[in-house]
Amino acid sequence: MYSEKVMDHFAHPRNVGEIPDADGVGQVGNPTCGDIMRIYLRVKDDRIEDIKFKTFGCGAAIATSSMLTELVKGKTLDEALAVSNRTVAEALGGLPPVKMHCSNLAADALHAAIMDYRGKQVSK
Amino acid sequence: MRRVYMDHAATTGVHPEVLVEMLPYLKENLGNPSSIYSWGREAKAAVEKARARVATLLGAQAAEIVFTSGGTEADNFALFGVARANRKKGNHIITTKIEHHAVLHAAQELEKEGFRVTYLPVDKDGLVRGEDLEQALTPETILVSIMFANNEVGTIEPIGELVKIVKDRNPDIIFHTDAVQAVGIIPIDVREIGVDLLSLSGHKIYGPKGVGALYIRRGTNIKPFVVGGAQERKWRAGTENVPGIVGLGKAAELAGIEMTERAQHLTQLRQALIEGIQEKIDHVRLNGHPTKRLPGNVNFSFEFVEGESLLLNLDLAGIAASSGSACTSGSLEPSHVLIALGVPPEVAHGSLRLTLGRENTQEDVEHVLTVLPEIVAKLRSMSPLVPEGV
Ligand SMILES: Cc1ncc(COP(=O)(O)O)c(C=O)c1O
Ligand SMILES: [Zn+2]
Repeated sequence: MYSEKVMDHFAHPRNVGEIPDADGVGQVGNPTCGDIMRIYLRVKDDRIEDIKFKTFGCGAAIATSSMLTELVKGKTLDEALAVSNRTVAEALGGLPPVKMHCSNLAADALHAAIMDYRGKQVSK
Repeated sequence: MRRVYMDHAATTGVHPEVLVEMLPYLKENLGNPSSIYSWGREAKAAVEKARARVATLLGAQAAEIVFTSGGTEADNFALFGVARANRKKGNHIITTKIEHHAVLHAAQELEKEGFRVTYLPVDKDGLVRGEDLEQALTPETILVSIMFANNEVGTIEPIGELVKIVKDRNPDIIFHTDAVQAVGIIPIDVREIGVDLLSLSGHKIYGPKGVGALYIRRGTNIKPFVVGGAQERKWRAGTENVPGIVGLGKAAELAGIEMTERAQHLTQLRQALIEGIQEKIDHVRLNGHPTKRLPGNVNFSFEFVEGESLLLNLDLAGIAASSGSACTSGSLEPSHVLIALGVPPEVAHGSLRLTLGRENTQEDVEHVLTVLPEIVAKLRSMSPLVPEGV
């Protein structure tokens, strides 16, 4: 049901974990619907210097979290914001139609983390 | 890699002795049971032998067994057949919140056709309460359908007691039980428990897929569901699935002979699995009744992890199991059974069902007990739901 690429990211997820004192944190989803993603960012000179994730969810949710972190690590925040849920799904070689819901969270979590970072910058 | 199949509630493999009896009917014994020449007569005799074997397993008469294409059709037959035959007597049907979709979706269809359906709740272990059933009965009630044992959590319902409650109120109310997970696994005597209709399926008891039966107590007011030719004494049209029926018959016979032995073996493995999981993994919850449960059923929720990712990791380790998580069902809802038991949705998403079968061994159990704690630990290490200090 899942592509080889999805299974690779699921079995060997990249960038799992937390960043202590992260510059930005974003979380989306809720436990009732079955998928939750949290993204931690370390930002330097407007670039994503480091990114980590924690995900509660199915294979698609974990694989998209992992793929997303690979796609945006090292990118500027604006470049990262241009990454959509669809970009992530395509980078994984597609996802089963019933799994689009789960995969729709990854980019949303990243956007939330960037907003969190930018919000903090403004209030500084 | 060691492969361990622990999804016997989903389906079982055909028993070697069952296959031996089926093979001639896939090869040279090609007759249609309705034909009058020798091929036809031989096929007919084989079907009748199978019918007698199924009847013996249930304590029924052969004439009370109607073969179907499986458990789903038997359930649909029971619900639609009784509803249509008794429409003039009343329009109320009682079932439960934990039925298989083969019953639930049929009940929902009947609601669209104007029937009123009560879905009984269950307690935290999955048991239907007699008081709830008693209170739900009305003068309009024509049918009660309550499963014998639940396919997800393994809880065995007190069907005999529930039948008595219904029949004491009104003996004309028809009682159906979906016994797909129970027939051939635990003792069932239809006369003793007093049900009118009972569904069973071949592929849960080492028979072939695509064949089942409905027990119809003589005199029950029900209409045929599949119509056409005059097969099954007009109770179920369609040329008989002769190899399937022969296989079901043999599987039923073997289940009867080996029942005690199989149940002991399964119960022993089940307890080893349950105790092992409780000992090795924290923050777990056993779903279903602790003792009134099918001998082969183990169902746990692992807090902070999601079921599909558990299943995928188990599959990578060669272990086949199933889950009640939303992401394995193709909907956003976790299992309706776990929700009916009062399991919080986030915990229901983390459920794992391991169902044992006759070929499972103590080594299989140990393999699962080695692999599973590592997988749960791995998933928890990446879960944002794990509270500090766990
Ligand atoms: C309780 C119950 N009822 C009905 C069915 C459907 O049986 P079948 O697969 O033979 O149609 C199943 C099997 O999944 C079941 O577990
Ligand atoms: Zn999902």
